[in-house]
Amino acid sequence: MPTNTFLGVFAKSPLKPLEDHIKVVNKCSQGLLPFFNSVFAGDWEKAALFQKEISNLEKQADTLKRDLRISLPRGIFMPIQRQDVLELLTQQDKIANKAKDISGRVLGRHMDIPVIMRESFMAYLERCLDATKQAKRVINELEDLLETGFRGREVRLVEDMIVDLDKIEDDTDVMQVAVRRELLELESQLNPIDVMFLYSIIEWVGELADISERVGSRLELMLAN
Amino acid sequence: MDILQTYGFTLIVVAALVGFLMAWGIGANDVANAMGTSVGSKALTIKQAILIAMVFEFAGAYLAGGEVTSTIRKGILDSSYFIESPELLVYGMISALLAAGIWLGFASYLGWPVSTTHSIVGALVGFAAVGVSADAVAWNKVGGIVGSWVITPAISGFIAFLIFQSAQKLIFDTDKPFNNAKRYVPFYMAAAGFVMSLVTIKKGLKHIGFEIGAAEGYYVSIAIAILVGIVGKYAINRIKYDEKADKRTHFANVEKVFAILMVVTACCMAFAHGSNDVANAIGPLAAVVSIIHNDGEITSKAGLVWWILPLGGLGIVAGLALFGHRVIATIGNGITHLTPSRGFAAELAAACTVVIASGTGLPISTTQTLVGAVLGVGMARGIAAINLGVVRNIVVSWVVTLPAGAGLSILFFFVLKGIFAP
Repeated sequence: MPTNTFLGVFAKSPLKPLEDHIKVVNKCSQGLLPFFNSVFAGDWEKAALFQKEISNLEKQADTLKRDLRISLPRGIFMPIQRQDVLELLTQQDKIANKAKDISGRVLGRHMDIPVIMRESFMAYLERCLDATKQAKRVINELEDLLETGFRGREVRLVEDMIVDLDKIEDDTDVMQVAVRRELLELESQLNPIDVMFLYSIIEWVGELADISERVGSRLELMLAN
Repeated sequence: MDILQTYGFTLIVVAALVGFLMAWGIGANDVANAMGTSVGSKALTIKQAILIAMVFEFAGAYLAGGEVTSTIRKGILDSSYFIESPELLVYGMISALLAAGIWLGFASYLGWPVSTTHSIVGALVGFAAVGVSADAVAWNKVGGIVGSWVITPAISGFIAFLIFQSAQKLIFDTDKPFNNAKRYVPFYMAAAGFVMSLVTIKKGLKHIGFEIGAAEGYYVSIAIAILVGIVGKYAINRIKYDEKADKRTHFANVEKVFAILMVVTACCMAFAHGSNDVANAIGPLAAVVSIIHNDGEITSKAGLVWWILPLGGLGIVAGLALFGHRVIATIGNGITHLTPSRGFAAELAAACTVVIASGTGLPISTTQTLVGAVLGVGMARGIAAINLGVVRNIVVSWVVTLPAGAGLSILFFFVLKGIFAP
């Protein structure tokens, strides 16, 4: 029983926590930029600090995720499907996990990116992080979508934003091919095990953009209902 | 017969006391529902809400409370069973008031959103069916009341759905939501003013000796509606809003306009609540007074004694002032996500439904219309999350209220009968 009257009918809104969650997730993944900069400078102590911050933010995102899941029991009536909200949350959370994995592995193996590759790798990373930033922007429209009842103009605006997100993801695919090609040229001069790991790091960075795109398409599915 | 002559004055005083207690319970219990949405969506502060509630609840009770009263007094019970022993009806009414008042106090203490209307109906049915005869209850009327459990929330939900949809079409889903809000919101205000003044003129002004013909009634209502709209427009034009072009502040500004509208609908809601629910307290009281004044004769047509409506109104206001403050304070933080544009739709719909229903004379529950209205806005995809578990609990507490009120009133009825029996 609520402490008071019929106002207990208003359950906790899932939208604001979703926005809060992606804010933390985005902040977490953006931490990869200073992290890689200190890796390039060879300053592993600083890199360890940045990695710690990324991992803390990831934990924070996990806490937010758990709270939201608990506050959405069955029997909550929402303008959007409960299943969709939970799926969206899961996708969002994967971005933070990925960022933590990338930084953890690079720090753990003290991996160094070959100097020749650094510039294109950095550009590639930035573009992937643009995708997560765009995903955050899209999710931030949820409140306004509610305001218009998930209809009309606002929906079209969000759909345009999602199209932009897809474009960014396409860019990262092209860039990934280029970065890999650079690594292919260098393969013969490097330790084979390092090369294997480098390939996987490149792939993981690309996944940041992939998952961000998936966040967008989840939202698109929500609006299609 | 002689019992009524001997103890007549005592009985009237007792009835007035328990009537006041019941009105007080109504004020304390229902104010949270009637004003909660306005406070929850930050359109009003607690002080403002209490002030509005006091003024408009009293006005509603005094100006438009006469109609439902007669249903409570005459509709539910078949008075032909009491002609032989009118004192039974007097005891019954007093015990019904006492039972409903105590049940309300108990439920409010536990935080159950019970309906004041149901508790009094349950209590009346209880003493009549057990204490007198099962046939003394107009069961078809009771059936109608039970039927209204489904119908009133449905009507209210439907109206809320339409109001909210219209607001979306005209205001939110446009290129310039803020400009449209400024343009259309005064019309919603006028509609609220129209409904309120119409019900007052149609029902209320008779007993304070003020008669207006049907056509004039409409003219006056329209005039008042236009006046409300103009005052509203002036208030809207005085809003300070941040002149940032991005969409986000746009909607924030739109909500500011709706917050002003919410003040009007809150008045409307308080008025409707007062007009509808005061009858629960004063209906039985009026019955007692008219029986004793007529020396035990149960007249079919008894006017209200002048002091009864103000007493009910004062009771409600007293309940508001003493208890309501605390009750509303707990709500303020309770609602996380209710914007003025939603609250206004729910309140206006609930107020309209109460007004329409009290026209039919059915005693309906304000809480129910509000819950129905909130669900209606939810159906229009306007509310982020509605807890259906709580809705279920509310429905359960409505159902429990009837037997609880009945049981208590049976108990008090036999106690009273024992005390006054020769």
